[in-house]
Amino acid sequence: MHIADATLAVIILWTFIFVYAVAASIDFGAGFWSMLYMNRGKLGASEMANRYLSPSWEVTNVFIVLIVVSLYSFFPGANDILGSTLLLPGSVILLLLAFRSAFLVFSHSAVEKYRRVLTVISGMSGVMIPALLILVLPVTHGTFIHAVNGVKLLDFSTLFMSLSFYAFTGFAITNTLYLSSLLLADYARVAGDQEAYRVYRKSAIGLGPFTLLMAVMIVVALQNDADWLFLRLQGNFFWLLLAVFAFLLGYLALFYSKKGKAKPGVPRASVVLTIVQYLLAGYAYGKAHYPYIVYPYVTVAQGFTDPNTFRALSISYLIGLMLLLPGFIFFWKMFMADHRYIRADKDSVDDRGNK
Amino acid sequence: MSHTLIARSFFGTTMGFHIIFATLGVGIPLMILAAELLYQRTGDRDYSVMARRWTKGFAVLLGIGIPTGTIAGVQLMLLWPGFMTFVGKVISLPFQIELYAFFIEALFMSIYVYAYDRLRPWQRIASVSLVTLGAMASAVLITNVHTFEDTPAGFKLVDGRIMDVHPWQAFMNPSFVDQAVHVAVSAFMTGAFFIATIAAYKMLKQRDYIRIYTFHRKALMLSLAVGGIFSVLTALNGHETAQGVAQWNPEKLAAAEGLFETRTHAPLAIGGYVSEKDQDVKYALKIPGMLSFLAGNRFDARVKGLNDFPRDEWPPLFIHVLFNGMVGIGFLLLALSVIGFIWNKILRRPAFPKIMMWGFVASGPLAILGIEFGWIFACTGRQPWVIYRVMRTEEAVTGAGHLAGLFTLFLAVYIVLLIAALLVLYFLFRRHPVANDLPPSSGKPESL
Ligand code: HDD
Ligand code: HEM
Ligand code: HEM
Repeated sequence: MHIADATLAVIILWTFIFVYAVAASIDFGAGFWSMLYMNRGKLGASEMANRYLSPSWEVTNVFIVLIVVSLYSFFPGANDILGSTLLLPGSVILLLLAFRSAFLVFSHSAVEKYRRVLTVISGMSGVMIPALLILVLPVTHGTFIHAVNGVKLLDFSTLFMSLSFYAFTGFAITNTLYLSSLLLADYARVAGDQEAYRVYRKSAIGLGPFTLLMAVMIVVALQNDADWLFLRLQGNFFWLLLAVFAFLLGYLALFYSKKGKAKPGVPRASVVLTIVQYLLAGYAYGKAHYPYIVYPYVTVAQGFTDPNTFRALSISYLIGLMLLLPGFIFFWKMFMADHRYIRADKDSVDDRGNK
Repeated sequence: MSHTLIARSFFGTTMGFHIIFATLGVGIPLMILAAELLYQRTGDRDYSVMARRWTKGFAVLLGIGIPTGTIAGVQLMLLWPGFMTFVGKVISLPFQIELYAFFIEALFMSIYVYAYDRLRPWQRIASVSLVTLGAMASAVLITNVHTFEDTPAGFKLVDGRIMDVHPWQAFMNPSFVDQAVHVAVSAFMTGAFFIATIAAYKMLKQRDYIRIYTFHRKALMLSLAVGGIFSVLTALNGHETAQGVAQWNPEKLAAAEGLFETRTHAPLAIGGYVSEKDQDVKYALKIPGMLSFLAGNRFDARVKGLNDFPRDEWPPLFIHVLFNGMVGIGFLLLALSVIGFIWNKILRRPAFPKIMMWGFVASGPLAILGIEFGWIFACTGRQPWVIYRVMRTEEAVTGAGHLAGLFTLFLAVYIVLLIAALLVLYFLFRRHPVANDLPPSSGKPESL
């Protein structure tokens, strides 16, 4: 009974992480593209990224809080070790996040002269965040943790020298940029902006192979740095294979051309298949990682919260979900599916909704 | 500084910074809502312009409120893992529910701002109402964790192990309702006075240009009305809150009032500072019997003094100053809005004298100062406990080092963000002066 609850909790947590991984990749990626194409004079593409980003960054940000809160609510037993090992990297992430969000908002309100520098700061800090966030995974593999006077700390020098460090950060950056360019290509197609579509499709085509390469690097790094995980991952080989398959299909969909369409590619299919690939690979990784939260120090069962608290939390999730669902649907309709917004009908709104 | 003291200062600074934006994040949406409603009722376009301009400013504040809140949430786990382990087992419910409030606020804020022109009037009003509701709920829910720290409930400790947990009993801990109301009404009051500050300042600067002057005067009157109502509620409910402190955390009240010996007919000390050596509040104005009356509704109520408690469980004595500061600001702002009301509605004078105008200009910063005093009083007055009589602050702190360096870094970043936000606001409103937004003439003739 106890174990079943803990497993349920870890599934919920993993679902949030999955949703955030997708939403944050798109969010941080869009910030980066908006910066890059602004500086390269491709204003249509930059504008497209902003149009996605403006209403959604705040909602995306709530998910990171959701993950942290779920972690300490469901698995308080892991707080000690996560708190002390992640103090430094966590703080750096927080500072980057502060710059990123604040300057993103400021760049919308600032005078022209400063807009560029604010956008650059927020765009650059934005891509560094996923690279650091993903390091939580190698930390939980246990290899880089050592104890000083009974306090578990992160061994930074070993971490920086490891293949894991480069594989994971590289993986995070390529994925962020790849997935976001796919989504923005789709967004541009909905908007009917051919120029922006061309730009984002080209970025995606260029990034795809690197994304796959970094995934392979991760597997190699695991073999090096986290033997236990590598062995368990072999047991889930089938799921990994499926993931690669989904990825390749998604990549190929960029080249598929329907008769009568001027520009090749089915970006919607690419987005969906790439997200399916996240799901499959995430499932394989999570299953191999289970039951450890931090190997070998804390397992899911050891870290688990009080069962009564878990029950109350679960009920609150159900009620919360029911209350929020209409809000999310309305939000989706207003910004992701309303052509008036995405196309920015000139007589209705400008990019900040001002008349 | 000791490790724990650095961690305390570090976290306190983060909170002290977040709270400025968070409180305005609760208060300003209410003002936007009020302006939208007035626009619908009167048809006066000025109110619509107000709502839109306040929303623009508010969006900038959100740019700091949200990341600093995220910092606060994560720092709780990074700096106080011992505390959060306890929280995770017993009082994680409000943190979880707060997230729904955040989602509501974030979703409808974006809808209100970026879909404004595609919304029907009732949808606009519904959106701002949900933003206000979401912000207020997040304040109330985070306060819930804080009241649990003051009055822990809903669990048993057996040989140091947490047993028999009842999350809803923990949630409904004895000091919750009073303090949650206090936080909400004081935030509404602060949002209103913040607007009053800007409006009054603009009126002083724009005396000659009557169209703009009347625009700001409408904003001032609206904010004084809202601020006045909520200052009355804050003071009334502050009294309830203080009685709760007398009942549940008597040493906090004793330190706040510098009462050393337990007694009946205890006096209320206003001003001065608490001296342990002299066992007295020096240079204070004392109102005989008043503290007994405030704490127990009768002059012969018994109030516990500090000497009844072990010395190592006394809160720091300087909290007397913070408590006085908060209550003083409360009554000052209350008086300001009551006099303003009498002047305008009863004496029917069209303009306020200059000294009152400067009082209005000061009201916003004073309200924020009141919030800072109140919170630092509440958190510092709980020392040495992080959970009252259950866990000491030293037991909660992280084992990892490097805190001083990180603290300095964060402090620098907060200062940079604050300056950047002020500059952005300044340029934003300078580039879009209100004259550009105003319709040629306001719809209705002026009524004072
Ligand atoms: C504009 C801000 C403001 C104003 C004018 C007041 N307060 Fe307040 N007060 C707060 C803002 C605040 C706060 C920041 O919101 C606190 C901090 C913790 C809390 O629950 O609310 C608080 C705490 C707080 C506490 C401590 C609760 C605790 O530590 O457990 C007491 C006893 C009072 N207040 C009482 C009063 C009284 C008698 C006031 C008379 C007018 C008053 N407050 C005005
Ligand atoms: C928002 C306004 C707040 C401010 C300005 C504030 C201020 C402070 C300060 C100054 C300290 C250091 C206390 C000392 O060492 O003397 C502190 C500690 C602390 N506060 Fe608050 N606080 C606020 C709200 C909250 C809330 C809502 C919570 C509940 C989650 C909270 C929980 C804590 C904890 C856990 C500590 C550290 C342990 C301790 O010193 O007791 N604070 N806060
Ligand atoms: C009583 C004091 C507090 C009040 C009134 C308050 C209120 C708010 C409000 C209204 C927001 C929305 C953003 C904004 O409008 O600026 C916010 C954001 C946030 N607050 Fe606070 N807060 C308080 C204390 C805390 C504490 C102690 C924590 C951490 C434990 C915290 C965590 C957060 C987080 C994580 C966010 C960002 C949410 C998002 O991503 O949208 N807050 N707070």
